Amino acid sequence: MSKGNREVTMAGSHKDEVSRREFLEGTGAAVVAVTAASTLGAQAPVPGALETAPSAVEDVPRTRISVIVNGTKHVLEVEDRWTLVELLRDHLRLTGTKIGCDRGECGACTVLLDGKAVYSCSNLAVWADGREIVTVEGLARGGRLDPLQQAFIDHNAPQCAFCTSGQLMSARALLNRNPSPTAAQIRSAMVGNLCRCANYPAIVEAVLAAAGQPNGGAR
Amino acid sequence: MSARTYRYIGTRPIRHDGLDKVTGRANYGADFTLPGLLQGVVVRSPHAHARIVSIETQAAEAVPGVKAVITGKDIPETSARLALGAEGAFDLHDIGDNLMAHGKALYEGHAVAAVAATSIDAAREAAKLVRVVYEPLEPVMSIERAIAPDAPILHADMVTKGRPLPGTTGPTNIAGRMELKRGDVDQAFAGADVVVEREFRTSTVHQGYIEPHACVARSGEDGQILVWCSTQGGFIARDFCALILGIDAARIKVIPSEIGGGFGGKIPVYLEPVAIVLSHKAGRPVKMVMSRSEVFRASGPTSGTRIRMKLGAKRDGTIVAAQASLWYEAGAYRGSPSGAGAMCCLASYAIPNFFVEAHDVVVNKPKVAAYRAPGSPMATFATESLVDEVARAIGMDPIELRLKNAVAEGDHAPYGPVYGPIGLKQVLEAARAHPHWSAPLGPSQGRGVACGFWFNAGLSSSATVTLNGDGSAGVVTGNPDIGGTRVAQAMMVAEELGIPVERVRPSVADTDTAGYTDLTGGSRVCYATGMAVIRAAQDIAEQLRSRAATIWNVDRDRVAWEPGRPGRVIALDESPDGSVRPPLTIVELASKMAQTGGPIVGRAAVNAPMAGPGFAAHICDLDVDKETGRSTVARYTAIQDVGKAVHPSFVEGQMQGGAAQGIGWALNEEYIYDADGVMENAGFLDYRMPVASDLPMIDTVLVEVANPLHPYGVRGVGEVPIVPPLAAVANAMRDATGVRFTELPLSPSRVLEGLGTIAKG
Repeated sequence: MSKGNREVTMAGSHKDEVSRREFLEGTGAAVVAVTAASTLGAQAPVPGALETAPSAVEDVPRTRISVIVNGTKHVLEVEDRWTLVELLRDHLRLTGTKIGCDRGECGACTVLLDGKAVYSCSNLAVWADGREIVTVEGLARGGRLDPLQQAFIDHNAPQCAFCTSGQLMSARALLNRNPSPTAAQIRSAMVGNLCRCANYPAIVEAVLAAAGQPNGGAR
Repeated sequence: MSARTYRYIGTRPIRHDGLDKVTGRANYGADFTLPGLLQGVVVRSPHAHARIVSIETQAAEAVPGVKAVITGKDIPETSARLALGAEGAFDLHDIGDNLMAHGKALYEGHAVAAVAATSIDAAREAAKLVRVVYEPLEPVMSIERAIAPDAPILHADMVTKGRPLPGTTGPTNIAGRMELKRGDVDQAFAGADVVVEREFRTSTVHQGYIEPHACVARSGEDGQILVWCSTQGGFIARDFCALILGIDAARIKVIPSEIGGGFGGKIPVYLEPVAIVLSHKAGRPVKMVMSRSEVFRASGPTSGTRIRMKLGAKRDGTIVAAQASLWYEAGAYRGSPSGAGAMCCLASYAIPNFFVEAHDVVVNKPKVAAYRAPGSPMATFATESLVDEVARAIGMDPIELRLKNAVAEGDHAPYGPVYGPIGLKQVLEAARAHPHWSAPLGPSQGRGVACGFWFNAGLSSSATVTLNGDGSAGVVTGNPDIGGTRVAQAMMVAEELGIPVERVRPSVADTDTAGYTDLTGGSRVCYATGMAVIRAAQDIAEQLRSRAATIWNVDRDRVAWEPGRPGRVIALDESPDGSVRPPLTIVELASKMAQTGGPIVGRAAVNAPMAGPGFAAHICDLDVDKETGRSTVARYTAIQDVGKAVHPSFVEGQMQGGAAQGIGWALNEEYIYDADGVMENAGFLDYRMPVASDLPMIDTVLVEVANPLHPYGVRGVGEVPIVPPLAAVANAMRDATGVRFTELPLSPSRVLEGLGTIAKG
């Protein structure tokens, strides 16, 4: 097999836009990715155990944190090694946030941390102390869907829908900082959210519609 | 059929599961939990090929919180070699051995043991302490190595199935070989004006679904088993578990979760039987979720291939001869889609003389699984690249050349049957007429076109439709909904009964609730399960006729069902007093159910041995940066015969999604192994799938040539669109650079090598 693709650049990224590798490095996720990749090369007999390196099962260090999740304040005793997505999914039972890679490469776990889109698999729960988190479960307010949620339904943006929660959170962060993005800006801003159904045309269309620009050039 | 006008079919209603999917309420494989749940972890081989000398589990069992440790000894090594299912034959022995190695680890990532513990961290800690002693063997990582006379043999008892190569006797890595032929190839090539021949290669690629494999299993004290999992078929998951573990299917209930993509890769079982055995041993429910790296190294992928092909044509463009030798990697166990590749690669053209041989070769890579039109994209890459070369050699427009040779109704498919109504010529005419085909190109751009074929599947499906007292209805089927089949089924019930789509509730049911239904695959759900749904709804209409006959006290045959909105029953005769009986609508009849005979439940089971074949043509504009070797898809149009689009938005979504996966295959995706057979890029950063900014808006053209096997004319649509892109992209690259690339992916370094900018490395 050829090894020609080792320096991977997707043929297709626009030159004036951030590359996928640059984007991921910007999230801090690359640290996780590099760690995992170097472990991969080793003769580790237990690849299933790559993602964490617990020293001992008992006497795990814990820290008391205070977080606001979807508008509700929680004071929690968390294990220092828990990632934010573990806290959300396994301990707060907010399973709308998905895990696709658990190493900062797919975006399925995207949440808002103080209004900024982050990969919750690549943040430790303790880092969220004193901060505000919004997950897909918190997008609707007062029984009304976020315009993005309605637009995603109306434009069939979900296909299998596993990536949808993360797509919605990245799109929400984008609209918060740029209420009227172009289709190209949307594609660029959502480069960190993989959709293997590749329903990107409908996703872009839905974000444009939510921004009040129905059919604004996506279709 | 084509004269029928529809109220709902062909419209774009909101999907019933839309709200759940934008609010995080939809439950996928890893979202389920039970009281007392244990977490399971698999121990995997770090070696691509090794004899397992010994496995010691005592240290792992001693870790606090560990409740069960199992090895290959706990998974019965079945000798039964039963085939079942659809997308290829399944060998139970191999599936069992793939679940957990019994004597040899056959690829890096092959499961050798598993642990269940009270926390994921304890399970991972214990998994590290499972001590496996390996005797490493030389890994067989390529077809060349696998068929060399001195190659290590993966399976000592393997003989070639089908038509072995002459002289092949003892154990071999060639698991299967088949031939397809027609006419006299040698004579036809001798009489051809133009002969083109090349060797092509494609890499191992993965389905790449974003949701990792996940399940929860509970084995009860009474021997009853519950499995919640992400699968392409509850029944196939249940039957695999039952057959591998040697227990009655009636003891297993599989609840399919929402599924986060499958593309063929969620047909096999990888975790479910392991979780059942762990649960049985521990006496508690067990959850198992693969990591992304496990998904890459131990599930999927599809075959890497090596294909030599030759085409001969007359100067007027008539293709007179084809010869092909297909070699597909099966991974560690027999079962590559090489046979499907052989049957598909010439299916678009009426070629009077051909000889195709296809080989299924085992190598030390994960056992391949189905991937969207399995086998067709790679072989079609070869065919469509060579058709492009023929067009260049004789100076003919590539669409004209394809039209001249395209198959039509009445032609024999290369694999035997005679085609019914098919739409390839209409598709090519639509491509020629599309503004994309005549649009000017930029200075660094090239344009390519390619066709693609897929059989589509029929198989077995059941459906139940229940009429509610208020005139609304529910429809229950057993197919996990990957791309919008639920709303399509509700639309079919709405169409037949004349009630609004939103008054029909579609459900995907577990294996205790739905009638037997084959997997979600083969582009069969909207077609075959849809047929069951239509018949179940028609069963309701028939029962409504009986109820009206009871109310009117007339013979049933004097009562007719009148489709409309709402659907209603009319009396064909006047009443005894000479008055016209007012029609009874479905809503009125529903409200009188209890007085006229009780519940009204429609049901149907279908076995559709055939389906309507699908054809597509794609046009690709590629912008190539000759300095960096990087290429960008600048414009892309997918044209396809879809039979009848039930919900056009979802049909377009399938076409765009298939095209995007094919573009990824063409430009970037590949498994990269080191010299020891260890995968070096088992993550989404280095296994590079298309992202939003990589692709232009993919334009779609839906051609509708009705499939006579289906009441609405539906054909499968999900798989065909992944077939043309490999060659459409490569043909565009040829147009842009003047160089014919025969090896995928067209990564920047390979392009620079091909252009002579850098030396081959």
